[in-house]
Amino acid sequence: MGKQVAKHIEKLPPSGIRVFFDLVLGMPDVISLGVGEPDFITPWKIREKAITALEEGYTSYTSNQGLMVLRQSISTHLRKRYGLKYKAEDEILITVGVSEGLDLALRSLCSPQDKVIVVSPHYVAYPAIPEIIGAKTLYLVTKESQGFKINPKELSNLLRQKPKAMILNYPCNPSGVTYTEKELKDIWKEISKTDTVVISDETYDELTYDQDHLSFASLGKQAKNQTILLNGFSKSYAMTGFRTAYACANKEIIAAMTKIHSFSMLCGPIISQIAAVEALHSQKEVDRMRKEYKRRRDFIVKELNRIGLPTIMPQGAFYCLSSIKQYKMDSMKFATKLLNCEKVAVVPGKGFGQDFDSYVRISYASTFDDLKEAIVRIERFLNKL
Amino acid sequence: MEDILEILESNARISLKDLAKLTGKGEKEIEKAIKNYEKKGTIVKYKTLINKSKIQGEAGVVALIEVQVTPQKDVGFDLIAERIYQFPEVKSCFLLSGTYDLLLVVEGPDIHTVASFVAEKLSPLSSVRGTATHFMLKKYKEDGVTLVKKEKNKRLPIS
Repeated sequence: MGKQVAKHIEKLPPSGIRVFFDLVLGMPDVISLGVGEPDFITPWKIREKAITALEEGYTSYTSNQGLMVLRQSISTHLRKRYGLKYKAEDEILITVGVSEGLDLALRSLCSPQDKVIVVSPHYVAYPAIPEIIGAKTLYLVTKESQGFKINPKELSNLLRQKPKAMILNYPCNPSGVTYTEKELKDIWKEISKTDTVVISDETYDELTYDQDHLSFASLGKQAKNQTILLNGFSKSYAMTGFRTAYACANKEIIAAMTKIHSFSMLCGPIISQIAAVEALHSQKEVDRMRKEYKRRRDFIVKELNRIGLPTIMPQGAFYCLSSIKQYKMDSMKFATKLLNCEKVAVVPGKGFGQDFDSYVRISYASTFDDLKEAIVRIERFLNKL
Repeated sequence: MEDILEILESNARISLKDLAKLTGKGEKEIEKAIKNYEKKGTIVKYKTLINKSKIQGEAGVVALIEVQVTPQKDVGFDLIAERIYQFPEVKSCFLLSGTYDLLLVVEGPDIHTVASFVAEKLSPLSSVRGTATHFMLKKYKEDGVTLVKKEKNKRLPIS
């Protein structure tokens, strides 16, 4: 029998850290700082709405674009929060997670051989999707010495290659880095000279600790027209399992994305969409979670630096990137050793870009007691190295 | 609410060291702040929430008692409330709006003790116009804490 799997998919490298993940999943009683989702359960008022929806018999498809009431709520939310005006009718699409939004955005914009800028360290899916489409990834590697932030000059150099799109993610998974208004304007200044579309993944927008989040599309009319805003309910509202997110862009792009979505996904689950409407009225719950994350961030970053893992203070999300350079081993080896010796899981930096093999990602979406115990164990581990 | 109070409200036994780590403040500074809260009466008491249904033979009886009273000139409800909340059987006492005036939480070792408290001590008070006693059958949640089943996050250990 000939090869069944398409060549370009076969050569797609599986997530480099999958092996490590399997190791963690097979080990009981691990303190995990490797989780990419909130440790909070979805606030009750949102869950209650989902239960009621099910009781009332909401079990059907929705329109391809998603429930109108949810799109209207998102439109109102974005107007109030960022002064952004997106029409519920044709500028907002409900997607199944930001992951689907990203897939749709890239498939709508790129033909094979087109180029896409990926800022690294990056979320694991960012370079994978261009690869699946046959597009080429241009890496914009940020440096620890520059706070893992985009250098506009280097961006300008890459833009000369006329990329079709650039994936921007802030607050960033895995570094927790976010941008000030001035920094965003500097980035936009370079992009505004081109036709490159910014796919702005702002899924952690509610989780910033030192400054208010500023949406990229709110930088101006042209910026809005040249941006696909991706956001969702997973992280801010602790709703990862609901798989509900949204994409906002000009109506031509949304129409293209909806076309693909209607063939591949049809629509997002109706129960999750109804619950998401309620989520947009849950600011108090979001504030409570943000306050707790901030407390943990302040604690863990201080402690990591103290015990010998240099870590830049992240301004958002619930991750930090710690340097393991001084221990002279790659991130996979470090994480595996730490797991085997002390049963603490962190994510090897290799998964977030090949230049980040001397880092590990630490998630502080865990209870204070677990973070405290993890620090004791990591310190003991480092002292033995 | 201040960070220190918020943390203490959910865990009164947290060490000064951990409080310092969580708030980013110095231990001495926190100690001083706590003393101040205690002095001002902001922090009233440190208590432990015990699920008595887990202790054999000590479950006891809890009753919520609605009390209708006649308010008195100049002092309103305060004097009669004081007469009532001084009884050691009364664990909590609230003045409410609505069809009755005071709501009491009364605890006793058995139903007879609570019944005799109502019949012999509470009802005979001249300002008390009537009472309605509701015996508690099961506690599901107390002071924001669920007593019956702990919710557990079912997320994967790594993602």
